[in-house]
Amino acid sequence: MREFGIGQSLPRTEDLRLVRGTGRYTDDIAPAGSARMYVLRSQHAFARIGGIAIDAALEVPGVLAILTGADATADGLGGFTSMVRRTGPDGQPNFEPPFAVIARDVTRYVGEPVAVIVAETLNAAKDAAELIEVDYEAQPCVADLALADAPGAPLVWEQCPGNLCVLTEVGDKSATDDAFARAAHVAQVDFRISRVAVSTMEPRTAVAEWSEADQRFTLHASIQNPHMSREQLAGVLGLPSHRIRAVALDVGGGFGLKGVPHPELALVMWAARRVGRPVRWTSERSEGFLADCHARDQIVHAELALDEEARFLGLRVRVKANFGAYLSLAGVHCALGNIGGLSGVYVLPAIHGEIRGLFTHTVPIGPYRGAGRPEASMMIERVIDVAARDLGMDPAELRRRNLIPADRMPYDTGFVFTYDSGDFPASQAKVQEISDWNGFERRRAGAWARGRLRGIGMAHVIEIAAGQLDEMGAIEVDTSGAIAVTTGMQNHGQGHETMYRQLIAEFMHVPPDKVSVRDCDTDQIPYGFGTGGSRSAVVAGFLLETLASKVIAKGKQVAAIMLEVEPDQIDYREGAVFAARDSNRSATLAEVARFAHQPMHLPPGFEGGLSHRQMTRLAGPTFPNGCHVCEVEIDPETGHLDFVGYWVSEDVGKAINPMIVKGQVHGGVVQGLGQALGEYIHYDEEGQLATGSFMDYQMPRALDMPAIGIVSSDTPSRNNPLGIKGCGEGGTVGALPAAMNAIADALGPLGITNFDMPATPQRLWRAIRDAGGMPHAMAAE
Amino acid sequence: MAFKMDGESVLPAGRETVWANLNDPETLKACIPGCQELEQKENGGFSAVVKVKIGPVSATFKGSVDLTDLDPPSGYRIVGQGEGGAAGFARGGATVGLIEQEDGTLLRYDVDAVIGGRLAQLGGRLVNGVAKKLADEFFAKFAQLIEERHGTASV
Repeated sequence: MREFGIGQSLPRTEDLRLVRGTGRYTDDIAPAGSARMYVLRSQHAFARIGGIAIDAALEVPGVLAILTGADATADGLGGFTSMVRRTGPDGQPNFEPPFAVIARDVTRYVGEPVAVIVAETLNAAKDAAELIEVDYEAQPCVADLALADAPGAPLVWEQCPGNLCVLTEVGDKSATDDAFARAAHVAQVDFRISRVAVSTMEPRTAVAEWSEADQRFTLHASIQNPHMSREQLAGVLGLPSHRIRAVALDVGGGFGLKGVPHPELALVMWAARRVGRPVRWTSERSEGFLADCHARDQIVHAELALDEEARFLGLRVRVKANFGAYLSLAGVHCALGNIGGLSGVYVLPAIHGEIRGLFTHTVPIGPYRGAGRPEASMMIERVIDVAARDLGMDPAELRRRNLIPADRMPYDTGFVFTYDSGDFPASQAKVQEISDWNGFERRRAGAWARGRLRGIGMAHVIEIAAGQLDEMGAIEVDTSGAIAVTTGMQNHGQGHETMYRQLIAEFMHVPPDKVSVRDCDTDQIPYGFGTGGSRSAVVAGFLLETLASKVIAKGKQVAAIMLEVEPDQIDYREGAVFAARDSNRSATLAEVARFAHQPMHLPPGFEGGLSHRQMTRLAGPTFPNGCHVCEVEIDPETGHLDFVGYWVSEDVGKAINPMIVKGQVHGGVVQGLGQALGEYIHYDEEGQLATGSFMDYQMPRALDMPAIGIVSSDTPSRNNPLGIKGCGEGGTVGALPAAMNAIADALGPLGITNFDMPATPQRLWRAIRDAGGMPHAMAAE
Repeated sequence: MAFKMDGESVLPAGRETVWANLNDPETLKACIPGCQELEQKENGGFSAVVKVKIGPVSATFKGSVDLTDLDPPSGYRIVGQGEGGAAGFARGGATVGLIEQEDGTLLRYDVDAVIGGRLAQLGGRLVNGVAKKLADEFFAKFAQLIEERHGTASV
């Protein structure tokens, strides 16, 4: 292994500034003369707006402007569009209401922007907001997904009877029906995947400046995909996208949320142009609960057909997915884009799914770590555990019997995905070993003796990564031999800067401190898909390797001129040295770079400089996978749940930085366990948000989390030369089903077959009490 | 967010006296915690401006209530709503009944309301406690005023 190169656990280079309080966050940017924006939000889930009285508010000292839906209409402000389209119930393309940036005559969720106040100070803006009188005419609403398609439910959009936006089938219905017809056993399960708030540590924030001279916006924002945000904002503001420069500096967590353009980005730009001053906005935490796109929220029925030997014949799912009141950029994608994960890591001959996407009077649904992957994994992995319980089998053995053998890679699932690589039996064996799976019944008996319920759950993970194959990047070597890397893949905490430095160290043989990573800025590079979908390591590996090889090839041409030999006589060697073969003549990368920047030394027509920019396209997506085991203990007297153990066997292909991979797995697992344990967004019947602060929305704490044991079971991808597969989301994808399987296993002996997340003490205690409590005989055993 | 509360209070005066005070804007203004303005409307209802603090939400609510099911001096029903601007809103009603008894008049109330906006989001979990406390303050003051004005002799 090369020093600092691929495979080294290099400490994260960005942490020096991030942990010492010298990070550069958007809220730190205060351009001279900037004003503050405050957003007045709807307090009704569904209401007609009769009028908005702003005269008294305009009198507040320091108020510069108050903008409402009427102004937005006058200025032709549009809404954000949906990235993914499917079909509606009539088989035509689904109805697509743009994600409005400010309410016009109707508000459709609590928290929807109703007026924008721009003032010299935030307090002045808030004082003015208090004086705005909105004439609401409240209407009956529907906020609960379970009730969205009930007869007579209020309609979010008249165009969508039954609030049904998308009705899509996936897979082969007749083959699946046949499989069920000849099944020896059918297992089934119903569950709800709760609605959660993404809760990034850094809230959403933006600063916009309008240059009248250049007729151009500069937007600094806490976003994870400046290029896509720019395109969407251009559409909303009715501008060509080159009139917007979008920049993301340090971003304190994105998780998919900040890949969704939200109304305030457009509002802060609109306000800046209206008042002719830079305008800043930062979400408060309570605003975030209302107005950040929420995630998950699905109701699932899953059935698994098995033959006499417990081999899987078919899987059938029916899913209701909440979209919220509008379609966010990836709202439809979450329910449908990653449904391919249903096939799991198993030989599963027939799959059929019916997915209904429904509108409700709630903030739109957006992606959150996994974006449909944890949901799909829950469907297959939960029903497998139910089947094992039905058949009296060890769930690990039932899985093992149905795994895709390693020698069948690449494997066409016959459903959506073709897996590039993986050795699932080896992965499962490893995690069974480190979790002492076979010793569990002894631990369960020990727990019973102490009056505790103990359960164990397993879940295999397989997820599509790097599904978006294209990316653009640039490498520029300056006259000192330092290398600048530019891509459109924004770092928002994952360690991209370290990873890019390591990749350059690997390919160009320079130490990491000679590499700088440019901020993600649409003026630096014309295209970028952004960070998301566990893609950056896979895409960057191939991209930077390609760019480095081009720069080295150019360097060889320059070195050949310097050393007066033919380019094919030059080798690029350790220590970043260009050396003429069979001679002692050589030049360092810095010397070659300096020479390349002096055109007078170069032959006529020879292009100076030492840099390269291009787009690359991967051969195909990758499928990082793994096997998770979760062990829980529940106190039946209090309903308190302890995660007593968690183990992961991960296959990320080739790890660029194993420490960062482990960190990604840890973070992902914690976000999954957090949802299983307590995170839960609840709207009441009036569509009011009842869990709108951390007083009521239970975030996991360090003490709630177990130590997480991780073992590598890497098999390289065949779809890129480095074999990298990605690691951003797998932790969450596995943690939801592993945790819920463990909880079901703990509660199973009491006869509790359906228990939905979150596993709060109150809900567990009630379920245990309703089931008659812990049998004394069992406890005494 | 649905909100329900009921309770009772024994007031040291006869039913007619209590009834009269319950319909007197000056008495109500003096007794409602945080009341800044209160006026009787032509239809007998009231409009009011009340400043309240519920947990992290503090706001000035402008409200209007109407009196229905008037059954003097046995009781009435109050129906209305209050707007707290950016802080949220409340709407609903309360049934108030007066029962003559030996030591004065028993006032029973039964509140059934809906709250929304920031109040529901941040103050929701605190509303019950605060509402009970405000009700207790109201009746303590109301009883005190009646006693000052009418003494116990009017029982």
